[in-house]
Amino acid sequence: MLQDKDRIFTNIYGWQEAGLTAAKKRGDWDNTKSILALGHDEIIEQMKQSGLRGRGGAGFPTGLKWSFMPKEVTNRPHYLVVNADESEPGTCKDRDILRNEPHKLIEGCVVAGFAMRAHVAYIYIRGEFVNEYKTLQAAVDEAYAAGLLGKNAAGSGWAFDVYVHRGAGAYICGEETALLESLEGKKGQPRLKPPFPAGVGLYGCPTTVNNVESIAVAPTILRRGGSWFASLGKENNTGTKLFCISGHVNTPCNVEEEMGIPLKELLEKHAGGVRGGWNNLLAVIPGGSSTPLMTKDVCETMTMDFDALKAAGTGLGTAGIIVMDKSTDVVRAISRLSYFYKHESCGQCTPCREGTGWMWRMMDRMVRGQAEPHEIDTLYEITKQVEGHTICALGDAAAWPIQGLIKNFRPEIERRIQMYKSVTQAAE
Amino acid sequence: MPKLTVNSIEVEVEQGASVLQACEEAGFEIPRFCYHERLSIAGNCRMCLVDMERAPKPVASCAMPAADGMVISTQSDRVKKAREGVMEFLLLNHPLDCPICDQGGECDLQDQAMGYGHDGSRYKESKRAVEEKQMGPLIKTIMTRCIHCTRCVRFATEVAGVPELGAIGRGEQVEITTYLEKTIASELSANVIDLCPVGALTSKPYAFISRPWELNKTESIDVMDAQGSNIRIDSRGNQVMRVMPRLNEDVNEEWISDKARFAIDGLKNQRLDTPYVRKENGKLEAASWDQAFAAIAKNLKRVKPANFGVIAGDQIDAETMFAMKSLMEKIGSPHMDCRQDGANIDVSARGGYLFNTTIAGIDQADAVLIVGSNPRIEAPVMNARIRKRYLSNGLPVAYIGEKMDLTYPADCLGSDAQIIKDIINQTHPFSEVLKSAKNPMVIVGNGVLTRDDSQALLFQFSEMIKTFEIVHKGWNGFNLLHKAASRVAGLDIGFVPNNKTGKSAKKMLADAGDGNMGMIWLLGADEIDTSKLDNCFIVYQGHHGDAGAHAADVILPGAAYTEKNGLYLNFEGRVQETKRAAFPPGEAKDDWSIIRAFSAVIGQPLAFDTHDACRQNLITNFPHFAEIGQILPSRWKRVGKSGKISTDPIVPSLQEFYMTCSISRASKTMAESRTSRENYSNQIAAE
Repeated sequence: MLQDKDRIFTNIYGWQEAGLTAAKKRGDWDNTKSILALGHDEIIEQMKQSGLRGRGGAGFPTGLKWSFMPKEVTNRPHYLVVNADESEPGTCKDRDILRNEPHKLIEGCVVAGFAMRAHVAYIYIRGEFVNEYKTLQAAVDEAYAAGLLGKNAAGSGWAFDVYVHRGAGAYICGEETALLESLEGKKGQPRLKPPFPAGVGLYGCPTTVNNVESIAVAPTILRRGGSWFASLGKENNTGTKLFCISGHVNTPCNVEEEMGIPLKELLEKHAGGVRGGWNNLLAVIPGGSSTPLMTKDVCETMTMDFDALKAAGTGLGTAGIIVMDKSTDVVRAISRLSYFYKHESCGQCTPCREGTGWMWRMMDRMVRGQAEPHEIDTLYEITKQVEGHTICALGDAAAWPIQGLIKNFRPEIERRIQMYKSVTQAAE
Repeated sequence: MPKLTVNSIEVEVEQGASVLQACEEAGFEIPRFCYHERLSIAGNCRMCLVDMERAPKPVASCAMPAADGMVISTQSDRVKKAREGVMEFLLLNHPLDCPICDQGGECDLQDQAMGYGHDGSRYKESKRAVEEKQMGPLIKTIMTRCIHCTRCVRFATEVAGVPELGAIGRGEQVEITTYLEKTIASELSANVIDLCPVGALTSKPYAFISRPWELNKTESIDVMDAQGSNIRIDSRGNQVMRVMPRLNEDVNEEWISDKARFAIDGLKNQRLDTPYVRKENGKLEAASWDQAFAAIAKNLKRVKPANFGVIAGDQIDAETMFAMKSLMEKIGSPHMDCRQDGANIDVSARGGYLFNTTIAGIDQADAVLIVGSNPRIEAPVMNARIRKRYLSNGLPVAYIGEKMDLTYPADCLGSDAQIIKDIINQTHPFSEVLKSAKNPMVIVGNGVLTRDDSQALLFQFSEMIKTFEIVHKGWNGFNLLHKAASRVAGLDIGFVPNNKTGKSAKKMLADAGDGNMGMIWLLGADEIDTSKLDNCFIVYQGHHGDAGAHAADVILPGAAYTEKNGLYLNFEGRVQETKRAAFPPGEAKDDWSIIRAFSAVIGQPLAFDTHDACRQNLITNFPHFAEIGQILPSRWKRVGKSGKISTDPIVPSLQEFYMTCSISRASKTMAESRTSRENYSNQIAAE
């Protein structure tokens, strides 16, 4: 269990003020100048050493990502873009950072932006986060007033500006290239890759898009050293992580914990355990709505880190843990997710545009049992037809929950089909 | 040059080529819907997925740049499954209305469904239906059929330069529509019909008319403007059904203007199908060819050769003009002109009246000055080429004339002719642009040529060319932009007033008003002032009952461009030929043969009896007409004469796109298009 001395987000519950004075007391902006004095390459080196993997869901090593930025700035400026468009169902960690720890993020922007030789950071914040936007903007204004941002950010001699941009409520704008399109004022539709943003990003310039949490932890990592962060968690899955626990637990919460903590321990220590006791557990979605669910016996021994979850056929994703007890209509739950993805598909590429609607409609029938047993296989095939064939990962995200459902709860779907048949036959 | 392996065949492709192109190079066809060579890459249909070694997922080959050492497979099970999957998705919401769909038989979706589709559908839910969109009188929409490839959107935005098409909505609800459902304000709009891989955008005038397999296809060229766009005429029986573009990289790539495509319904209206002779009572009455010829011969005897002239119109083929010129030489009249608009062109050197840079040459230009022309109206496909160059290289364009929208940014320098002198004297800011340009272009339009001081202006252009080295080794930047398809051939043949005594078209018409011309033979010339021709005997030879025919005393029915084999030289001087797709209606005849027959009536028979012999004769005199598809290179020589320049503003001569010739004026489709565009402009103005 994570000790308090190793906690990064000391105000994640908002027990203290979010403003600059309180943030400084918590250690934010403490001699930021000296971090920058490490130099561009040393910062990236420390980040690599820390083993931090991107907190947005894909888990790509952050230090490595930063190192993809060109070493020389040509006539095209470099940009840092922070993805604060947190919309994945079951995930609410960035929201708490934005409203309670905004200065961690802003300081992170300066540090990360400096490392990748950028003078500008854009924070693309989800449109629905109205109060969070206000808090963040106030924090940015405070930082400017205190000289922490601007021509000579934190006295380092490095000019750095932060702009906060509000989205308009599209889930797809959380996809990094769709986010860039949206930021440029266009329709939020993902771009084709390659080229990747590090080469051709915002306005055609080298750009790195990072998750809020990845950026917000950077200053602390650099202050305490990459090796400190690497000493926490498991190998290749280092450090601490904000877990968002929701659903059928006694005390749903956000909590910072060490990577690799056993799921059972996490739920029982921080969320008051599963409602009605551990044996009442049906399934857990471990990393936000797009990751396939796990049944109770898998949860029993599962540790919460990228590699273990991947090996179990699911993923850590954003660490948005959705707990479902035995009262859950699991087919309907997944069907609702299918509706979400159908609703949020941007409509650009064929498999996702057509597939998400088809999958949802079939799921909708499965909920009622109004289907033939062989259609379960058809549905599974459709998910496979969508997965991996789309421009961005939304297609995959729509396919995985259904695959998880069929893999783990096929008998339940079959039971409903049987029941529907017997009811309709009896009526005849 | 990257080398890669496709299905164990090694290929080397150009730097920057895509994997899709590499696969084609290796001989493997890749199915695609959204990809198009001339548009930006969207990568959204996902039909072109291929397997790449070390890639965890199949990659979209259209969007993946070919790189050294790639190993591509297009035949793996995974690829086959991926394509079948995409095809199934595309067909989910696509209606099963192929039997009533105009795209049937030439539908990419239909064709590829044969290769990748299932025989049945697993989709048991309701299909999506999409409301129709209004895109004007040319494009019919059945948007339920749309597969969202966005080719039309990209065409409008990139090639046509009118960003008025777009996708609204999200996910399944995405719909392609025009801005507020208005007509697309472009002269090239109908090309989206060809681009649409399915039957969502089809030709409105051609709706439910014919099936592609019923049509005879004739490769021909367009004469609606002087660009000579390559077209394919599709006909059934003796009727022209539609016109489609034909690929020619040097001329029109694969676009044609809306007029070239849709003016053809004018071929059915107002046709002259029998000779007419005006009787004593002032009425035109149908007559036989003999009677018509006799009437002309009688009048020719009455007037002296010095009082007889010929004016050739804008769509006359070279053979006809050659035959007419031969006849005029026999008769001994020096008055002939192929410039009915009164353009005063210096014909002393061929390089002085051609579009010397060539259309393909625009791709090398680095500055353009347009004077007295609106290329968007006069040669829309060529204009798109300038836009293409602008998009790829940020071409600086400026023009002298009234303010206009060329679909790319262009500086209006004003309409004062004095500006030309300022540029030469380097007191104008644009001088710097011309000076620093390596390959500058000057495009001179009819707005300059039809002025009284055109020779003086051409002299100024010669000065400009000298000052800024607009013509140098490997580059000729002097261009005349003609708008008449017959013009360059006419000038090459010498269908211009003979030596000092000959009268120009302008002079002939003026003299006719004063009673100094006894007889004028209008060879398809309709765009002239016919109000003062009462004192003159008028013969009109042509295919439509238009202005010329109304003024005529004798009408000789001729053939339209779809009804004859004829040579045309486009404004570059490129020799191209039209091919007969249908026969002229009724008694109408090939134009050259009418002249040949008349020459026999007056006892001065021409030396050829067949079209081939006529063309052979033409080629003997002007050998470059034999080189179909080629341009005879012409050296630059100074043009014009020093003189006083008037203070009149320079304006492009052509302000109207849709109805400019006897065919398009007889076309209902063109009339509707014009109205629709006018309404559009009014609506925009009202906003």
